[in-house]
Amino acid sequence: MIELTVNGEPVKLDVEPEMPLLWVLRNELGLTGTKFGCGIAACGACTVHLDGEAVRSCVTPVSAIGDRPVTTIESLSQPGGLTAVQQAWIDHQVPQCGYCQSGMVMAVSAALDNHPDASDEELFDTVSNVCRCGTYPRVANAIRSLRADRGETA
Amino acid sequence: MSLTRRRFILGSMAAGGALVIAYGATRPSRHQRANTEHAAGNQTFLTTWLRIDPDSRTTVLVPHSEMGQGILTSLPMMAADELDADWNLVDVEQAPATDLFANGVLVKGFVQDLGVSIPRFLDRTADFATMKIAEIMNMQITGGSSSVRFTGEHGMRAAGAAAREMLVNAAAARWDVPASELQTANSHVIHEASGQQATYGELAGEAARFEPPRSPTLKRPEQFTLMGTSVPRIDIPAKVDGSAVFGIDARPEGMLYAAVRTSPVFGQSLQSVGNRDAVMNRRGVRRIVELDDAVAVVADNYWRAQQAVDTLEPVFHSGDNDSQSSERIFAAQDEAIAGGDPEEDVYRGDAAQALAGAARTVEATYRVPFLAHAAMEPMNCTVHFRSDGRCEVWTGTQDNLGIRGRVASVADMQEEQVIVHPSYLGGGFGRRLPQSTNTIDQATRIARHFDVPVQTLWSREEDTRHDYYRPAVTSRFRAGFDSEAKVIAWENRYVGQNEPATAAHIPYAIANQQIDYVESEDHVPFGAWRSVAHSQHSFFLESFMDELAHEAGQDPYRFRLSLLSDQPRHARVLQTVAEQAGWDTPPPAGRARGIALQESFGSIAAQVADISLREDGTVKVERVVCAMDCGRVVHPDTAAQQVESGIIYGLTAALYGQITIEEGRVQESNFHDYEMLHLADSPRIDVIMLESDGPVGGLGEPATPPVGAAVSNALFALTGQRIRELPLKRYRFTGTPEEDPVS
Repeated sequence: MIELTVNGEPVKLDVEPEMPLLWVLRNELGLTGTKFGCGIAACGACTVHLDGEAVRSCVTPVSAIGDRPVTTIESLSQPGGLTAVQQAWIDHQVPQCGYCQSGMVMAVSAALDNHPDASDEELFDTVSNVCRCGTYPRVANAIRSLRADRGETA
Repeated sequence: MSLTRRRFILGSMAAGGALVIAYGATRPSRHQRANTEHAAGNQTFLTTWLRIDPDSRTTVLVPHSEMGQGILTSLPMMAADELDADWNLVDVEQAPATDLFANGVLVKGFVQDLGVSIPRFLDRTADFATMKIAEIMNMQITGGSSSVRFTGEHGMRAAGAAAREMLVNAAAARWDVPASELQTANSHVIHEASGQQATYGELAGEAARFEPPRSPTLKRPEQFTLMGTSVPRIDIPAKVDGSAVFGIDARPEGMLYAAVRTSPVFGQSLQSVGNRDAVMNRRGVRRIVELDDAVAVVADNYWRAQQAVDTLEPVFHSGDNDSQSSERIFAAQDEAIAGGDPEEDVYRGDAAQALAGAARTVEATYRVPFLAHAAMEPMNCTVHFRSDGRCEVWTGTQDNLGIRGRVASVADMQEEQVIVHPSYLGGGFGRRLPQSTNTIDQATRIARHFDVPVQTLWSREEDTRHDYYRPAVTSRFRAGFDSEAKVIAWENRYVGQNEPATAAHIPYAIANQQIDYVESEDHVPFGAWRSVAHSQHSFFLESFMDELAHEAGQDPYRFRLSLLSDQPRHARVLQTVAEQAGWDTPPPAGRARGIALQESFGSIAAQVADISLREDGTVKVERVVCAMDCGRVVHPDTAAQQVESGIIYGLTAALYGQITIEEGRVQESNFHDYEMLHLADSPRIDVIMLESDGPVGGLGEPATPPVGAAVSNALFALTGQRIRELPLKRYRFTGTPEEDPVS
């Protein structure tokens, strides 16, 4: 049995230790917000947070997680409200087809939290998620506005 | 109303299923059929695509697929505007995949585009007689940049206007006043003289007794209240919290997962499957399914299925295609062009004679490789053959009706037995058109072995290697100048004419033109790739135009402009982009600009790319300015989104896009070797929408074609190197003109 904490809930799983977290989430736990894109950590559609760090769940064996809490897009927002990143995504009308956006939102959220001193360009480098609809200009604008807001309140 | 209220419902009616559509002898009008077959409780359909509840909540049924283009917002806006509905009361629903909701106006639009005359009875009718065509063709297609310009302009607006007239007539009858004294606003009919008013919900039942007028009066643009505004997209809230449901997210009770391995060489059949016992003994594996050209493993978890199929040892028959390669395909194209038994495309004047008498001639041959679509959502389809003889299908498709027909055909069932559940598409770009059937066919055949739902899901590798590809194309040009450097002859012979047939036509005033094509078959499956034939021809045409400008010693922008005196819309777009990009201001050191112009799908786009070189000699696109004339703009923000999207899609292909055939099979497999543009490499994009009184043009595709030429032309300006074959990742550049690129 593998024990995890997913979105604040303890779960016990009878799965192979090498099963990637992505397929545990999507097939075993029914959390379909996290998406399958490439299976080789090249696109970021499967990005989730492990103890606040963005990881690509398609190459993360479930046995490697240990006691680090898993957060998926489904629990990113607090009850009663969207996070600032999600709200910025709406304000800037970022998504198009939307398929990559769970991963994009998770990656950007972690990057903003974990790299407060990075330049915009360094942050853009960190967010290496693929979006085939080409939402990048809006992602960039949303990130800039989020950082400006943080700067004002800091 | 709560702003967070979910205003979009996917497949709520299709889920009811069991919609046996049969025309009675009396053939009730479409909205009456909708009332009979689809309305629940007190709901009333006023036209096929509009339903009004007693509380005036108005539901617009959208017969197109949402794949990112914002169609779930734009089309309802068009109907609601003509209806004078309160936008806060408007809900949106995906139209069920039944023939009642076929989007025949699209067919009509294409017919108009092709210049075929339309029978008079089909023209501008509100009860959608044109739908009959689509019913016959059984389509609900989203493609060809067509939703707003055809379904919206000819369908949704007429539906809204017709419903409004019916509501007005109902109020006139109720109050015994002339309809001409009534006004409508915010989902109310108002009679100012008597102070009476009624909500649409109160009037809907009475209104439905009227037949929709055949030619309702549409608003003039100055009367629009919603069209031309950027209301927030209805689909976006669900796309920031993970709740949007794509085809891959279907989770019907008891579902199993299938992973497949298809013959790496297109079209080769399965000979044998080794290591079966070991695979059947793996955890979770339920069955190995052999198909004509593939083998599948069905398991209780996708990862288990994928691991298992990777452990199988399938052997596929060998055949002639095993020795095919990109190199041989291009060699055959060269031979076809040189040997030439061409078909006419445009023959105007006498290009051969003009070339023979030209003071100077220029000749060049261009190529582009095969391209995959690489939609972010890997191909998938979930099929459930139910014990009651019906079949349910969950998939993201650009044509729900087409998929219903396809599954029925593969399963040898009646279409009415098949229920398609629409869902969001994780990218379309042409890959999810119904003629691209390989995943659908496999999923149907695999699920046939089970009485529980089976989701067939392709790996990214299968997706890359079994797409329907933008073809590899070669195109040869010759042009001639007179002694005053005026272009007098344009000769162009290319391989393979496909849609749109006019993609190799030029807007420039060149007196003698000989444009023709030859066929050169290959075994690689063909598919519509965003902007279809424009994706290659625009690169060819606008690069060669740039060559001619330099040969003539003229500025590439002014050279084009001088040949557009008969094309005022094109000229205006080109002038605008040049002004906005600062064309006449010299770029800073290490930077250069290139320009390109392309009309496609009813819209005209001109782009200026501003580039530099990285230290490793690769291209960095700093900025793209795009001016676009798409007639009237319905939703400015989604219009801009589509232009940004089209540019990034085209730019990705120009920089990296290359599918290579060796030994009959695709060499690339995933994003590490079929590379994508990333956030850090994404240029600043400036979009200028130029409204004109031209007909509403498409926007999903027209920004894609010109960007490859704009970037290549900028590279010529910076390095002196003319790029005649994409992608640009083939080359390393130096900033010094006249030096050869290193291949």
